[in-house]
Amino acid sequence: MTDMSIGNASLLRLAEEEAPATKVRSYWQMVGYRLRYDYVTLFFAALIIAIVLMSIFAPWIAPKDPYKTSMAFRLKPIAFRDFWLGTDELGRDILSRLIYGGRMSLLMGLVPVVIATFIGGTLGVIAGFIGGSVNMMIMRTMDVFYAFPSILLAVAISGAMGGGMVNGMVALTLVFIPPLCRIAETATTQVRNLDFVEAARASGGSTLSIVGTHILGNVLGPIFIYASGLVSVSILIASGLSFLGLGVEPPNPDWGLMLSTLRQSIYVNPIVCALPGAMIFITSLSFNLVSDGLRQAMDVRM
Amino acid sequence: MTKISPVSTLSAAPVSALQPLVEVENLTVKFVSREATVNAVNGVSFVINPGEVLCIIGESGSGKSVTMRALMRLLPMNKTRIGGHMRVGEHEILKLTDRQLSTIRGSTISMIFQEPMTALDPVYTIGHQIAETVVRHEGCSYADGMKRALELLEFVKVPSAERRLKAFPHELSGGLRQRAMIAMALSCRPSLLLADEPTTALDATVQIQVLVLLRKLQVDMGMSMIFVTHDLGVAAQIADRVAVMYAGRIIESGPVKDVLMNPQHPYTRGMLASSVHSATRGEDIEAIPGSPPDMRRLSSGCAFAPRCAYADDACRAAIPPETVPGPGRTVCCFKAGATALAS
Repeated sequence: MTDMSIGNASLLRLAEEEAPATKVRSYWQMVGYRLRYDYVTLFFAALIIAIVLMSIFAPWIAPKDPYKTSMAFRLKPIAFRDFWLGTDELGRDILSRLIYGGRMSLLMGLVPVVIATFIGGTLGVIAGFIGGSVNMMIMRTMDVFYAFPSILLAVAISGAMGGGMVNGMVALTLVFIPPLCRIAETATTQVRNLDFVEAARASGGSTLSIVGTHILGNVLGPIFIYASGLVSVSILIASGLSFLGLGVEPPNPDWGLMLSTLRQSIYVNPIVCALPGAMIFITSLSFNLVSDGLRQAMDVRM
Repeated sequence: MTKISPVSTLSAAPVSALQPLVEVENLTVKFVSREATVNAVNGVSFVINPGEVLCIIGESGSGKSVTMRALMRLLPMNKTRIGGHMRVGEHEILKLTDRQLSTIRGSTISMIFQEPMTALDPVYTIGHQIAETVVRHEGCSYADGMKRALELLEFVKVPSAERRLKAFPHELSGGLRQRAMIAMALSCRPSLLLADEPTTALDATVQIQVLVLLRKLQVDMGMSMIFVTHDLGVAAQIADRVAVMYAGRIIESGPVKDVLMNPQHPYTRGMLASSVHSATRGEDIEAIPGSPPDMRRLSSGCAFAPRCAYADDACRAAIPPETVPGPGRTVCCFKAGATALAS
């Protein structure tokens, strides 16, 4: 490098001094460093991991069979014999049903959001990048869906298609596509007109490579942040669908469904009835707070 | 196997010295929309020899940036009508396919933008962005691209280049960012560098550093450069030849010294008179009265006539043809000689 054909350093006196000798961290090291002192995010991330593990290993963790009913032990309070969290209106062990119920609820929380992120994100980036009449067509279609409140739309779609878990997921996916599409479209439109996109074109980038690197690189962040916030919404709406009898069918354990059936017993045993709601609350809260923490840790501009 | 060569041997692709590198003939650019047609460039012609720096001077909206973007066909295709003839090296710009365009953009012709803040992608490191261009054009591995990026950063005098390679754009100062832009533009040894007011967004001391650096790199690599600016001082510093644009036309051109010392066109003279350098303290700066013409409705006469002190009916009736007042110079004004006398 020393034989570089630029001598005469005095000609180019540089005002910039040598950068201070701080340790340079790579991007992921920096993210890790920021997260290490963010105890709130760490705690709730651990909680999410615990809930996921609990759901995966439900058959090994659950103390009892979640489907076994017992007429003798109906609606027992917390810590009744070996029913640690009591029993429901059919005498089934609440703890086991909560553990198994995580499977359904997490599935209903994650799958629609992932699929909707993919579809809505793609549509939004296309609409934002091409613009003009394509944008008009895609976004006005989305606006039609936007006209309905999300829970009403989910109820209408899964009501029309009939109950069941798969139909519930399809309904939730359709509900989440419009907001994700709009986020992607807004972010893309903002980025599309910035100089670095033109600069990338000026240095020979094809449309595909520009969308793939420069557009996606700037758009994925906002989309992911919004999507991670939707997980908790999805769990809640899925619970709502189950509550209305449109999502998961009994006797499958699901937090929303449990909340719905236990509702009638709220005057008999209020604490036990509130437990599925508490699980929904904790899971949603965890996803919200973790997505917030990740957003802060992963922002390169801070 | 690596295809890339060290930066120390950087030099522009050889072009025969007899033939000009760039030939632009009667370039017109119209922006067509439902409401109006904007005539941004109305018949611009110029040639640039290899290793020559042409400075295009003009006020905002005079069509200088549009001319440059037309040379790279960066203008949105569906709203733009480009006419005329442009040649860079052996490439007939208006006849290239999209694929061919991608190949010459960044390698034969490359461009430096005005705002170093927004012309770099905020989510990728400087090194990554330079390497991306190198990999695209040279087809080498990413690691080789990064190696080249480091050499380039040292080449454009970025201190602590190794550390800056991993820096994000927001971690650098304006001057450093502009140097990184220059490194990116030079990464594939362009024979023509387009610079769109690259120093306007920088403060004065950094501005002069970047100018000196650019001039030096341009001489070292033997490339040609089109430098767009509205700052006459900058033009005097860097140009071999200048072209003054007004309302989408080149109204005066010639060697930098001749044009700035002995301007022929009333607009050039007005522009020079309105610069701060010659004014005595406390005296008002002479400004050109009026404002630039509406590019949607250009008159049939000289576009400068409404603001010109020397204009008469002949000026308002027809566009003045190009005359040659001296060697290598052109001027488009009926009154060119007369106004020179009047001063």
